[in-house]
Amino acid sequence: MQSTAHAFKDNVEHALVDGNLQQSLALLKVGFSERRRQAVERLPEFEALRDRARDIKNHALAHLDFYLEAFEAKVTALGGHVHWAPTAQDARGIILDICREAGARTVTKSKSMIAEEIALNDHLEANGIEPVETDLGEYIIQLRREPPSHIIAPAVHLTKDQVADTFFEHHRKLGFDKRLSERSDLVAEARQVLRRRFQEADVGITGANFLVAETGSSMLVTNEGNADLGNTLPRVHIVIASIEKVIPTLEDAATLLRVLARSATGQEWSSYTTFNTGPKRTGDPDGPAQYHVVLLDNGRSSVLGTQMQDMLRCIRCGACMNHCPVYGAIGGHAYGWVYPGPIGAVLTPQLIGVEEAGNLPNASTFCGRCESVCPVRIPLPKLMRHWREREFERHLTPASIRQGLALWAFLARRPALYRRLTGIANRVLALFGRAAGRYAWLPLAGGWTRYRDFPAPQRGGTFHAQWRTRGGARR
Amino acid sequence: MTARDQVLGAIRRSLKRGEVSGDARAAVEARLREHPVNIVPARTTGTQDDRVRLLEQWATFNQATTARVAAADVPGAVTDYLASNNLPARVVMAPDPALDRYDWSSRPILERRRGLPEDADRVAITGALAGVAETGTLVFASGPEHPTSLNLLPETHVVILREADVVGPLEEVFTRLRARYGEGVMPRTVNTVTGPSRTGDVEQQLELGAHGPRRLHILIVRD
Repeated sequence: MQSTAHAFKDNVEHALVDGNLQQSLALLKVGFSERRRQAVERLPEFEALRDRARDIKNHALAHLDFYLEAFEAKVTALGGHVHWAPTAQDARGIILDICREAGARTVTKSKSMIAEEIALNDHLEANGIEPVETDLGEYIIQLRREPPSHIIAPAVHLTKDQVADTFFEHHRKLGFDKRLSERSDLVAEARQVLRRRFQEADVGITGANFLVAETGSSMLVTNEGNADLGNTLPRVHIVIASIEKVIPTLEDAATLLRVLARSATGQEWSSYTTFNTGPKRTGDPDGPAQYHVVLLDNGRSSVLGTQMQDMLRCIRCGACMNHCPVYGAIGGHAYGWVYPGPIGAVLTPQLIGVEEAGNLPNASTFCGRCESVCPVRIPLPKLMRHWREREFERHLTPASIRQGLALWAFLARRPALYRRLTGIANRVLALFGRAAGRYAWLPLAGGWTRYRDFPAPQRGGTFHAQWRTRGGARR
Repeated sequence: MTARDQVLGAIRRSLKRGEVSGDARAAVEARLREHPVNIVPARTTGTQDDRVRLLEQWATFNQATTARVAAADVPGAVTDYLASNNLPARVVMAPDPALDRYDWSSRPILERRRGLPEDADRVAITGALAGVAETGTLVFASGPEHPTSLNLLPETHVVILREADVVGPLEEVFTRLRARYGEGVMPRTVNTVTGPSRTGDVEQQLELGAHGPRRLHILIVRD
């Protein structure tokens, strides 16, 4: 998809005044995070499992070439095909070729962030093949021609009424001529429409949560069962997965699954967790005749061995965005590309460049909630700080901010001067603001006072002064 | 240079080494061969009775329904369940010889067909390779006797699970799979299913029956 990450600030302005979005985000704040908390409470081993999950992913990354080759050997031995795609363009080309060879007119897709990353749908459409999203949330946003706003709940920004309008508009031509208002009716209608699409499709494309080197299995986790219909009914099954998805064994998968569903939706286990291994076997009454796995690099190999490698542990649960105060205020679309939230702020500059996406890592208060809930303990604030430093180094930061930082650095290195100047500023602000107790406007602080008052300093002087008078000491 | 060499070469350059070799290779090969167990939740320990109870608890938590029955009562339990849910006494069953041990002729009212589901089929009956007590999860392995689409297409899925097939954690399923298919070998598909199909994609509210079954009923059979 076309990135609008460079226009992050404009995106945010729009998001903050979008009533429907704010209504949806209010639900998000109480939903996912509360359910995660309860699920974690029910499993005393959860913190130990997070450590183990981190270690498994680190081990897999340190031997990534070995495990990818082991995975490939297993798939090939079963009559499946493994395709290596160094770039997004390569992956699109490989998938289009497989679809053409299969004579495909429609393909069903089950939610895949990688497919979004390589803009697969646009490419298939441009070449006369109709992709049909089958995850309910993805289906809704596909009808609306919108990108996902959350990695596990792509339509989380929409209200029920918006969904009802969308279905009424698009399903009318299929003979559904009533505008529905009940949630269960909307789900039932989508089920009916999509069941037909599953039966017509020539190719099913799915993502993968994990690739298991031991067995050559690709694993999929869904709640709807759409990925399973998509890998069972069509003649051809294509799995698209990025290279860091490979893990050693089934036992490792068990550990990662124990933290995945709980972190993502607060479920004990997702409804459908499936291991797919090769094409249908002799005597199998159903299943695809062809099984392809497309392994996408797209810049990931260059992150290995660097201080940013930690981001490759991500298992795409979405917990970081569910717990992020910034995501909770602006939603996913404002981030402007495929991956929103804290993990998006770290991945996006890596995948599409710090020039385009340098603003995203600045959208953090560094409160640290993302890191504290990450199932594989990715130090997200540290990685965001890394990108801020790169942005500053490359002189991409606006001049006013650079000058402000330079001024602050000058003062911070001169403590006596710093204390004297802040003392004066404190007294001036206190003098003029004492009556009202706050400022509705302040020079150089328009960005703050546009949305909220600036409190006038109270008696007692600056923080440093109060610290001294109260006998505070360095321990 | 092939795309494969390009990706593997880039990985090795970044990791500042060549192919994994020597002791390091022996170590990762052993890890694949020995597939050590990581951390198994303590709640999965206990007697077989405890495990069956745990399975019931988590299956119910995940909106499945369960009933314990003796082998002789399985056909009756099926017809009763269908009647109480206003479902037709017409089912499509897996062509699984393990299902022949139940005396289906004792309930002549039940119309049975074996094989793949069709559009009109509203109820599927299958066995299960195992039930995982840890999370109330059912495990289905694809094969001639168990088409995958039976687990997915009909809107009601009745699963016959033998008590002896209830295991504690997921790891015990892997042990069973390896015993049945061989080390490092898996059938085309292993579905692990926990409760009926669901979605939270409209306003984050739970709706059952998104694509797969709306109802999942587990008959736990005493041996």
